[in-house]
Amino acid sequence: MARFIGRRLLHFIPVLFVVVTLTFFLVRLAPGGPFDAEKARSEEALAQIERVYNLDAPLHRQYLDYLAGLIHGDLGPSLQKPERTVTEWILLRLPVSLELGVYALVVALGIGLTAGVIAALRPNTFTDHAPMSFAMVGICIPNFVLGPVLVLVFALWLGWFGVEGWGAASEKVLPSITLGATYAAYIARMTRGSMLEVLSQDFIRTARAKGLSEARVVLRHGLRGGLQPVVAFLGPAAAGLLSGSFVVERIFQVPGLGQEFVMAARNRDYTMVMGTVLFFAVLIMLFNLFVDIAQAWMDPRIRHERA
Amino acid sequence: MNAHNDREIPAPAGTDEPEPGTSLWKDAWHRLWQNRLAVTGLVVLCCMTALAVLTPWIAPYSYDEQDLELTAAGPCARHWFGTDRLGRDLLTRVLYGGRVSLMVGIAATSVSLVVGVLYGAIAGFAGGRADTLMMRFVDILYALPYTVFVIILTVYFGRNLVLLFLAIGAVEWLTMARIVRGRVMSLKEKEFIEATTIMGLSRGRVLLRHLIPNALGPIIVYTTLTVPRVMLLEAFLSFLGLGVQAPMSSWGLLIQQGVETMEEFPWMLIFPSLALSITLFSLNFLGDGLRDALDPQSARS
Repeated sequence: MARFIGRRLLHFIPVLFVVVTLTFFLVRLAPGGPFDAEKARSEEALAQIERVYNLDAPLHRQYLDYLAGLIHGDLGPSLQKPERTVTEWILLRLPVSLELGVYALVVALGIGLTAGVIAALRPNTFTDHAPMSFAMVGICIPNFVLGPVLVLVFALWLGWFGVEGWGAASEKVLPSITLGATYAAYIARMTRGSMLEVLSQDFIRTARAKGLSEARVVLRHGLRGGLQPVVAFLGPAAAGLLSGSFVVERIFQVPGLGQEFVMAARNRDYTMVMGTVLFFAVLIMLFNLFVDIAQAWMDPRIRHERA
Repeated sequence: MNAHNDREIPAPAGTDEPEPGTSLWKDAWHRLWQNRLAVTGLVVLCCMTALAVLTPWIAPYSYDEQDLELTAAGPCARHWFGTDRLGRDLLTRVLYGGRVSLMVGIAATSVSLVVGVLYGAIAGFAGGRADTLMMRFVDILYALPYTVFVIILTVYFGRNLVLLFLAIGAVEWLTMARIVRGRVMSLKEKEFIEATTIMGLSRGRVLLRHLIPNALGPIIVYTTLTVPRVMLLEAFLSFLGLGVQAPMSSWGLLIQQGVETMEEFPWMLIFPSLALSITLFSLNFLGDGLRDALDPQSARS
């Protein structure tokens, strides 16, 4: 297992290298700069600022300097909001995004697994069709439509939830549902499919034959195999939750990392963009690694195949 | 389509007269026709496409024409979908928006289709070192946070439509490449490919005329599933204010504008949202139906 994890960690290096290089040159080669907006600045002042931030050096030099900083864990200062370094900004915004992501995942797993298992118990009946139609709706309605509609109905018309920011518990309900809904739908469909397959297998018949209760058969023996594809899906889902959070954070005015990234990209805050992109990349890779470990732990066949 | 002859379904034994052989495509078409949801999806999509193509002729107004008597009016006889705050007819704007959204969807999918199919087929056909290298590259790209890159691209290189779909297409080809590669790898061991070697066909010809046509089933299925993803991505970008620019419209942009005024004028949110959702529904139903029809094995798993 340790070797497996070690090898996967080694794979991080080329990926991160590509991320850094690609982002760096994409951002730098584009027209415009971080200080374009402030027209009042004189040539001299601009040159002074560029010198301070090492922006006057040749591009390859800046690139190497950035890499050198990175190896020491230094993401540099934010160009637009110099009161904090990029690392400090990320740490400031991260808890909010993380909290939103966890709630959304809870929503997705809770609703998705329940609906999927219920649907699989009696295939092609009403208790199958109803949750599955609902799942199709969840997949086809994008979160930037769902979010505003939920706000309109539950916040503005019914007044059940608050929607101005991220403080009280009642303000956290709608963003979490909005972000989690699509994944709940995918998970429901996947759970149904794999549960149908597992429940038709011999060991389930054996479990029933030895007189176990139906709940025990389904939840303990069935779900263990049925969960496999869902666990595999959590890797891509993490990446999706991330990009979903750009939209959800904006709709609900949640001060998270997604908003920070979009703003930084718009303002050409080079260091901030680099920092957030790198952070997202690491996050996605770590999540994929966790998923792989979980899968290997659940199914010895995978462990041996990949070792 | 000679390449498909080897996949003909044999006539069932026991019947007196041998049934005429059905080709894979006839069979698939039949299965698709049985699927009511998929057929509905197909019909809706054909209507949407027709509307999008004919928009300049059938739209009741021009897309920037203002009706100053009726600004922010609800649905009425003069304006079926109502008007926006500048008095522009919403039906017209939704039609024009659909044109842009569908165009981006088709163009970006084409880019991903060409790149993905060629890349995957070449990797699978070449095998060995080249294959390992090419797929390792795909693995690396897979790990990239690609929405982030599309956002960066659109922010930094202007909101150019062509660039937008190139950017989306460029990140959406990975899964296609994997699917095609797997298919080509299993196909190239088959006898009919061996036969082409004996016949002395060039490798390029084998690839284009015999291997890729035989992988068409999964390619078509995955393409139908890519279109909604791409349209969603465009709408997502426009929603964030990074995609299509005013006075042009796309469904994503209209939805974003609708959100700003939804409390007073909910129809500005509802109609574009409906248009986008219905299209996505149809595409997904059609994609699911096609998968069941063309690729029964993967549908079951």
